[in-house]
Amino acid sequence: MKLAGSPASKIEDLKRRLKIGVLAVQGDFAEHISVLKTLGVETQEVRLPQHLEGTDGLIIPGGESTTLSRLMTIYQLREPVCQMARCGKAVWGTCAGMIMMAREITEQDPAPLGVMDIGVRRNAFGRQVDSFEQDLSIAPLDGPPFHAIFIRAPSIIRVGPQVQVLAQLADGRPVAAQQGKLMVTSFHPELTRDARLHQYFLALSSKESPALAE
Amino acid sequence: MVEVVTGTFTVKSGHAQMLKGGVIMDVINAEQARIAQESGAVAVMALERVPADIRAQGGVARMSDPTMICKIMDAVSIPVMAKCRIGHFVEAQILEALGVDYIDESEVLTPADEAHHVWKHDFKVPFVCGCRDLGEALRRISEGAAMIRTKGEAGTGDVVEAVRHMRAVQDAIRKLRNMPEDELVVEARNHGVSLDLLTKTREMGRMPVVNFAAGGVATPADAALMMQLGADGVFVGSGIFKSGDPARRAYAIVQAVTHFRDAKILAEVSKDLGEAMVGISARSIPKDLLMAPRSS
Repeated sequence: MKLAGSPASKIEDLKRRLKIGVLAVQGDFAEHISVLKTLGVETQEVRLPQHLEGTDGLIIPGGESTTLSRLMTIYQLREPVCQMARCGKAVWGTCAGMIMMAREITEQDPAPLGVMDIGVRRNAFGRQVDSFEQDLSIAPLDGPPFHAIFIRAPSIIRVGPQVQVLAQLADGRPVAAQQGKLMVTSFHPELTRDARLHQYFLALSSKESPALAE
Repeated sequence: MVEVVTGTFTVKSGHAQMLKGGVIMDVINAEQARIAQESGAVAVMALERVPADIRAQGGVARMSDPTMICKIMDAVSIPVMAKCRIGHFVEAQILEALGVDYIDESEVLTPADEAHHVWKHDFKVPFVCGCRDLGEALRRISEGAAMIRTKGEAGTGDVVEAVRHMRAVQDAIRKLRNMPEDELVVEARNHGVSLDLLTKTREMGRMPVVNFAAGGVATPADAALMMQLGADGVFVGSGIFKSGDPARRAYAIVQAVTHFRDAKILAEVSKDLGEAMVGISARSIPKDLLMAPRSS
């Protein structure tokens, strides 16, 4: 499913009707909201369960996964977010958000939401001095490679049968994946000026859009 | 072959962006670090003595023993920061070699150089530096700082200086945004910064890197106050582990930073926290014992 195939007017219609929630308990939610605003969609900071009402999709941003996990538990956000994912709404996790969406992680803590059939390793590339940038080829995107920023990034170490890998590193490690309307990226598209993945997520969030063909 | 680059300003300042809306806590051993992580800290600052003890004991305060820093790095999965003395680039080299995730070039330690700061562009590890106003912040960014914190007055439990410094920064940015272009050269000279960086700050309408509050935050209300004044997050030094019930207070401050505009939640998390750190009024400290003016 490529945006390039849709008529521009239809994309405009779709954006006007969409409201995207961004989990705002901690992390770089403001950066995601800023990209979404440049794309002209309505956004909602999500700190409490009632903030999810009326949203068509949710982004779980980069941040510290243990912190996100604690705050999601105490403010009872886990179940409603899982419910959103189960009932076919689009959910996208970047970096710490990807850790939260995984079915399992290599450590005991933090407890992930388990909504997507992947296994994830935290801090898979080392400490902050090992954080890196590189160009990535991302399957569903047209145009030049995507400049990806990895910060104390996790990687995907297991991919379930329903999961499609969207991008991988030279050594074969998957760093972006999709399962129906659920999407994860190890890196931070919200730190770049390239809005293609956000556009792709908006298309996933629209009610009419079918999940990626399997 | 795809080019993979590390240590860029983007990954350094980007790491600070991931800490936003979070609390960074001072810890002096692995046990405290685990309590901080369990309470939802986004990072810990590893140091041998919290500022309140440095203040009480006097003497020269230096970089902590690497053994202690390594123990803390082994104990937690969240980022670990450590402090070097202002201008002490060899302490910074050592901290980078240890693999700490962030270096705080800090006025809380005794400065090693009264004229120069570390040239932080030479490092792959990112630095956070303190400021009392916008000019000081932008000078640190020129030297390569990827994150800023307002200084406040560390080890006091008195938030008054933190408020003063955050207001000074925000006031200068508001003034800058409304300033006609032909006044920018003089403004840059007044702040002691380059016209380029000042212009960039004006265009962004905010501090060009993440800006946390520090120095005197002791309660959930203090933390939320700093957030409402425009901080991206808070450092809590002595305020947690010098209080009666550190785990409870830490957890409460984490929640206060997330829900900083929700007074009902702030009221809830402020209940039954036990004794706050004793604190000393920043005003009562003799001028030559203040930490914030140690560099500019």
